[in-house]
Amino acid sequence: MKIPFLYSFRNLLTRRLTTTLTASGMALVVFVFASILMLAEGLQKTLVNTGSYNNVVVIRKASTSEVQSSIDRQQAAILETQPEVAFGTNGRRLLAKELVVLISLPKRGSSKPSNVVIRGISGSSLLLRPQVKLAEGRMPRPGSSEIVAGQSIAKRFKGGGMGETLRFGMRDWMVVGIFDAGNTGFGSEIWGDVDQLMQAFRRPVYSSVLFQLSDPSAFTKFKARIERDPRLTVEAKREIIYYEEQSKMMAKFLRIMGLSLTIIFSLGAIIGAMVTMYSTVANRTNEIGTLRALGFQRVSILGAFLMESLILGFLGGCAGLFCASFMQLLTISTMNFQTFSELAFTFSLTFGIIYKSLAFSLIMGFLGGVLPAVRSSRMNIVNALRAG
Amino acid sequence: MHLLRFIYKNTFRHTLRTSLTILGIAIVILAFGLLRTVVSAWYAGVEASSVNRLVTRNSISLVFPLPVSYKEKMRQISGVQFVSYGNWFGGIYIDEKNFFANFAVEPKSYLELYPEYVLSPDQEAAFLRDRKAAIAGEKLATKYGWELGDTIILKGTIFPGNWEFVLRGIYRGRDKSTDETQFFFHWDYLNETLKKILPLRADQTGFYLIGITRPDLAEEVAIAIDSTFKNSLAETLTETEKAFQLGFVSMSEAIVVAIQMVSFVVIIIIMIVLSNTMAMTARERIGEYAILKTLGFGGWYIAALIFGESLFIATIGCAIGIICTFPVAKVFGNTLGTYFPVFHVAATTICFDIAAAFLVGATAAIIPTWRAIRIRIADGLRRIG
Repeated sequence: MKIPFLYSFRNLLTRRLTTTLTASGMALVVFVFASILMLAEGLQKTLVNTGSYNNVVVIRKASTSEVQSSIDRQQAAILETQPEVAFGTNGRRLLAKELVVLISLPKRGSSKPSNVVIRGISGSSLLLRPQVKLAEGRMPRPGSSEIVAGQSIAKRFKGGGMGETLRFGMRDWMVVGIFDAGNTGFGSEIWGDVDQLMQAFRRPVYSSVLFQLSDPSAFTKFKARIERDPRLTVEAKREIIYYEEQSKMMAKFLRIMGLSLTIIFSLGAIIGAMVTMYSTVANRTNEIGTLRALGFQRVSILGAFLMESLILGFLGGCAGLFCASFMQLLTISTMNFQTFSELAFTFSLTFGIIYKSLAFSLIMGFLGGVLPAVRSSRMNIVNALRAG
Repeated sequence: MHLLRFIYKNTFRHTLRTSLTILGIAIVILAFGLLRTVVSAWYAGVEASSVNRLVTRNSISLVFPLPVSYKEKMRQISGVQFVSYGNWFGGIYIDEKNFFANFAVEPKSYLELYPEYVLSPDQEAAFLRDRKAAIAGEKLATKYGWELGDTIILKGTIFPGNWEFVLRGIYRGRDKSTDETQFFFHWDYLNETLKKILPLRADQTGFYLIGITRPDLAEEVAIAIDSTFKNSLAETLTETEKAFQLGFVSMSEAIVVAIQMVSFVVIIIIMIVLSNTMAMTARERIGEYAILKTLGFGGWYIAALIFGESLFIATIGCAIGIICTFPVAKVFGNTLGTYFPVFHVAATTICFDIAAAFLVGATAAIIPTWRAIRIRIADGLRRIG
């Protein structure tokens, strides 16, 4: 015969302080576990959204990022005439020759400088990035010292807001628009006319060429051809892959830190659950003896205690997830070690993470409860009844 | 004396529970120690910086160069003792994941400016004599099995091409905080090659390092340097080495803050585990406390009993945790070597460990003590289990 579920549940209710303490220990662990998964997911999401599969980034061979790369005007012109480049609705090629440099700007409030990406754009740059939308103002006029700033720049950096000016390259640049780049890396960038920026920074070369493929499957052929072309010293990458490589180090770092933290933390929580369950069993020796005398099987007793521990884990898991879901309101902005520039990303909660966290908390409850439950089920009836 | 024996006996009445709790505390102290070490590793560059050194770079940002001709003008500024310069080279050794810092520097003045890189005199002479020579830190050389005279090829990311170097010296750190994973070679080698392949980018340097005569001159010299190059095509930004390194740290501040927060969460978790153990223990012994009270022992005695037990458990756990921190930190440091060139457990970390354990031990005893003291003798004696 089975012991009713309510028995396990009411037992937890009776010892409220212990239950709360144990469950909140587990909740904290699940909180950290879920937060780390959410962070990794958020970073991944930002990267996937930043690039688009049909776009190709061309940079100088052996350079790992746009900032290090340089492509001179002649090479850029050769790339522009490749047959794989798609045409836009206006009849122009969907190809942008861009300049990418880093400048250090002071943050609002703290005045601490941080590196920000400045991107020199040409006519097609906006068309190539449908995820970027103008939220306020207008785009800079070609040939003028005007810039548009990403939303996260406008919010966090001095002089980045609408109508304000930034000084760099011996000129004052007027912010004439703010763009909303959604959940992408472009939100932490400043855009201006490429030819003006090249003048200001005295850099006669572009950094990268970005274009859309007219036929997405033509990429391999295109890559093989241009990388063999003796006139070019370039390397082509799909935009998605390019951005993923940019944050490889960051992703790996988060993974290693996350994994080691989770392992250590869960050990702590399992031990906490074990302490609680062992003492629960010890306190109730008499009760267990009575249950056995009433005719409940060993298996039912094992099940009842295991159930109690699983409920503890589940309670902890739910509480932890509940707290972790508030982390979605936070934005992490930090320096990407690989590109030296700001990268902002948010915590993002998915159903996968919810399942994983709950499964994790149940496993913790199970591991913490299994040994005490086995002990409870192996008690001798007479000895148990005599104890206490 | 009796009190101590009582505490000791009480602690080991439930061997299983106590040892589990101790194990839990040990694990958490270990985690806390590791996290604090990660934070201090983040600040390793700041700690290793000297008050006598300034860093000058292009005011736009680090990726913009400065003309090498600035050197002579800088030397004329009073208070300046040494001027060295160099470039972040950013070369890749075989594969991108073998990351280490590599710089092209003006070798003679650089070694003068950084006495903490200890190089034997004959290795130093060999390094200075050969334009293709390079030196590497001991940790780095051991990691890749380099020996003196080996040819090392780096693939340039900022400066295109494959660059060949001959290892002429292996330096050792004077202090514990010195980074032994760096790689230096002659700036002239870089510049002469650039003159051939990319003449536009030749005769430019990424940063200047300035040694000043007295630390209190730092601000004056920095202002003097920056005003010398004001309104030029390449304006400069000069700051102390410490401020320069702190700038890097503050850019990745979010991660440091997150790690610090997690390290406090760890402490809370262990507080909960120990509080739980103590709460259960005290609940079981309410009857005993009542008997003690009947015998005439005061509330303070009972408080001392509970606090003593809690602190005793915390101390044992803490000791085990600290002992384990060192080997684990070593393994951790090796795995994350590319991120943290300097990864050692600092004395302050140990102090933090002890403080945390004490705090946990004390906090865990508060509620049980309060309950035990408040309970009336008759109630305590009446209560079962």
